Amino acid sequence: MTGAAPLLRIAGVSKSFRGLRALNDVSFDVAEREIAALIGPNGAGKTTLFNVIAGVFPPDSGTVRLGDADITGRRPDRICHAGIGRTFQLVKPFAQMTVLENVTVAALHGARGVAEARASARFFLELLELDTRAGQHAANLTLPDRKRLEVARALATGPRLLLLDEVMAGLRPSETDRMVATLRRLRDDTGLTILLIEHVMRAVMALSERIAVLHHGEKISEGTPDRIVRDPAVLECYLGDHEL
Amino acid sequence: MIRPGDLVRPLSPAGVWLGALVLLVLLLLPYWGGSYVMTVATTVFYLALVGQSWNLMLGFAGLLSIGHALFVGIGAYTSAYLFTAIGLPPVIGVLPAIALAVLMGLLMGYLGFRFAIGGVYFALLTIAFAELVRIVIDHVSWLGATEGFFLQVSEADRHGIDLVNLRGAPEMYYYLIMALALGALVLCRYLLRSRLGYYWQAIRDDESAAEALGVDVLRYKMYAVAISSGMAGVAGVFYAFYQNSLFPEIVFNIERSIEATLGSIVGGVGTLFGPIFGTFILTPLGEIVTEAIDLLKHWHVIDPETKLDGLKLLVWSFIVVLIVLFKPNGLWPWVCEKLRLIRPGEER
Repeated sequence: MTGAAPLLRIAGVSKSFRGLRALNDVSFDVAEREIAALIGPNGAGKTTLFNVIAGVFPPDSGTVRLGDADITGRRPDRICHAGIGRTFQLVKPFAQMTVLENVTVAALHGARGVAEARASARFFLELLELDTRAGQHAANLTLPDRKRLEVARALATGPRLLLLDEVMAGLRPSETDRMVATLRRLRDDTGLTILLIEHVMRAVMALSERIAVLHHGEKISEGTPDRIVRDPAVLECYLGDHEL
Repeated sequence: MIRPGDLVRPLSPAGVWLGALVLLVLLLLPYWGGSYVMTVATTVFYLALVGQSWNLMLGFAGLLSIGHALFVGIGAYTSAYLFTAIGLPPVIGVLPAIALAVLMGLLMGYLGFRFAIGGVYFALLTIAFAELVRIVIDHVSWLGATEGFFLQVSEADRHGIDLVNLRGAPEMYYYLIMALALGALVLCRYLLRSRLGYYWQAIRDDESAAEALGVDVLRYKMYAVAISSGMAGVAGVFYAFYQNSLFPEIVFNIERSIEATLGSIVGGVGTLFGPIFGTFILTPLGEIVTEAIDLLKHWHVIDPETKLDGLKLLVWSFIVVLIVLFKPNGLWPWVCEKLRLIRPGEER
């Protein structure tokens, strides 16, 4: 922690699906302007936690606070309005709309009209290096471009907190480095706070200042990247996994 | 390839000229077409208006309605009843007609969306509502029940122009429905490029993504149903004063609802001009089929006693199957591409 008041405060969140405990009493804070990562093996509950934060479903118990507001159980659109932008691990482009229109939908939230939203959308397309694709249908994008589109859309809603769900997957190492640089610059320039789920350790290590590790729905470790890679509990749960 | 959404782009010079020419021909239609051609053309524009309203729900917002006859019928019965009972002219009666149609749409939409009845199940709900209202009116004596509801019309009404009471010559009805259909087209174009249009298309393509980007999905779906049912209500007012007779079996028949969808499917769901283009193909084609059968009966090629009532629908269905198989985006995007009717480029 940097000492600042946490922007996101997850306290004692549990969630079960038909008896399967996906999250068990998870508590985790993200400070303002921090870049934090959530890692863990497949099925650890990372995306479930994202969905709870973003309001896709309410937790069985526990609370989610953004700044001063308790946002537990609010609808996804209200949570977006509260200041959380998210991407989807399984990308969800508006396939029949162009790339520019996709981002315009997101930008409309803070804009007075369509013209203003389109201008703002162009800015985010440039930022994510998608400006040459502006007029293409989202259905025709490659997977890495779709991932970028997810980020551009989430950013265009003007969030205080950005939730990124595996946006580096499928990117080449050089592209990963550029995305990392872009996100870091965004944080430095705009004071954005970022929480990311990532399997690409190259990105996690380069980007995050703090990491929480989930395993079987429980937080088994939390700390700086240096500490996490030496934590025996983390190493054990990843045993046989070549990523760490 | 041109996709439905591209068609909000400005017309190319060729498109402008062709459009102007077609418009001129249609404006002058009463001067060269006989009464039969006028009747067919009036039907074309009427179905284009209903189709435009239906297309707004499915093509823009992704909501399938197979009960659009409901909104048309409510508009028709409301304006006809108020005209007969208290002498309210349709030019004012259209307001309560729209209000009731919208109210019915909102009720249906709310039940459907609140309880997350999606896709095909929502379509079933629309059918159920249309049937429900049909059965109710079947038993309401002051609306004529199954015997039908009739509007007074005198021989003198068939001449002149009385837009307030919607009484006049066939030409008046033709120009009126043409104006309404083109007005609906302009309205839809405006809506599609507004915040509403962006949100509708986002909901159509991926509801959960739209929601995550701050779109109040329930509210914007309700807007779509409200505007669509209101447009259909206006069409209903026209229908009532053009036909002068309303029968629940006919007005609320599911065939009317299906008719409303066919033009858009043939022209192109989600396009702006598709509903008009589609009805311009289907309706005359249906007439040709009917005429051809009559002719064949006349020449005794077919036994004149043979009943072939369903043949028109059969031919239409066959065309729809061909379209869905070979041009699933509809004919209009394809025609636009072949004739280069819209300006190229990424801008919309």
